[in-house]
Amino acid sequence: MGSIKDFKSGAENGIPICLGYLAVSFAFGIQASEAGLSVFQAVMMSLMNVTSAGQFSSLDLIVHQASFAEMALLQFVVNMRYLLMSCALTQKLGPSVPTGHRLGIAYGVTDEIFGVSVLHKGELHPAFSYGLIVVSVSGWLLGTFLGAAAGQIMPQRLISCLGLAIYGMFLAIIIPEARAKRQVLFTVLAAMLMSAVFTWAPVLKMISSGFRIIIVTVAVAAAAAVLAPVEETRQEVQEDA
Amino acid sequence: MHNVYGYILVMALVTYLIRALPLTLIRKEIRSRFIRSFLYYVPYATLAAMTFPAILSAADHRVASIAGFITALILSFYRKSLLVVAACACAAAFIVELFL
Repeated sequence: MGSIKDFKSGAENGIPICLGYLAVSFAFGIQASEAGLSVFQAVMMSLMNVTSAGQFSSLDLIVHQASFAEMALLQFVVNMRYLLMSCALTQKLGPSVPTGHRLGIAYGVTDEIFGVSVLHKGELHPAFSYGLIVVSVSGWLLGTFLGAAAGQIMPQRLISCLGLAIYGMFLAIIIPEARAKRQVLFTVLAAMLMSAVFTWAPVLKMISSGFRIIIVTVAVAAAAAVLAPVEETRQEVQEDA
Repeated sequence: MHNVYGYILVMALVTYLIRALPLTLIRKEIRSRFIRSFLYYVPYATLAAMTFPAILSAADHRVASIAGFITALILSFYRKSLLVVAACACAAAFIVELFL
């Protein structure tokens, strides 16, 4: 199942992710403490979830005391992309990799860790994944801790600007692909437009932010899937194999 | 705020199941072209919907938020790394706020 060498290689690959996570989770920690979470609760959430979009979006629901069902549905839709990533990752693992290791790797399926794992040359060894996950997640936890602990003593002007970190990260994920593929560009624009309408239009604006994201995602992604279905080729999996 | 732990557990359970089920159960490729296409577009639709228009009120001042938004758009267009885009967006907003 890989070796110390694989673990170290994974850990090295995790350093840039760790740094990126540090900045974003610092912003998350601050927002979590503003939402009323204790330092312990914020770090616990980061440890148990490791999902930027899911965690940021959850704060609004916690503040408004939404139902557990709404929270579950929001997390499902916001994190549904991990479903696809896990489907792709499972193709990278050898058939001999046992369920126990698969459950371990599943813990660290995030946009960035998935990106590094899937681009990694050759077969994916669990040890590589563990190195990658340990280093990346430690940045996520440390940032959350610092943000939640320091949030109260930092000047408001600085905190205000850190609110942009998460959106900067989201844009860094979606814009390069939107630039390369027209159908992704239209998906992004349609989602932003629809989200803006749901935020400002009368009546529609009464819908909570959680459901707004769910409705926009399902509607836009389904429309895009009908209008511009992805190619039937399996080049991704086969190139890597 | 009595049930914050409840929320955290619900979130963790849903998120982990999403990650773990395909890795453990599906060892073949998904056949449905619609589902594969739908899943392909989901991240872009979700992240776009979460970003806009929320980014316009990310900082305390609207002008600072817009400055950060434009900075992030330009840098991500030129494929700068996650860390660079996030840090520069914050810095742009901070600089603008200094003049407000």
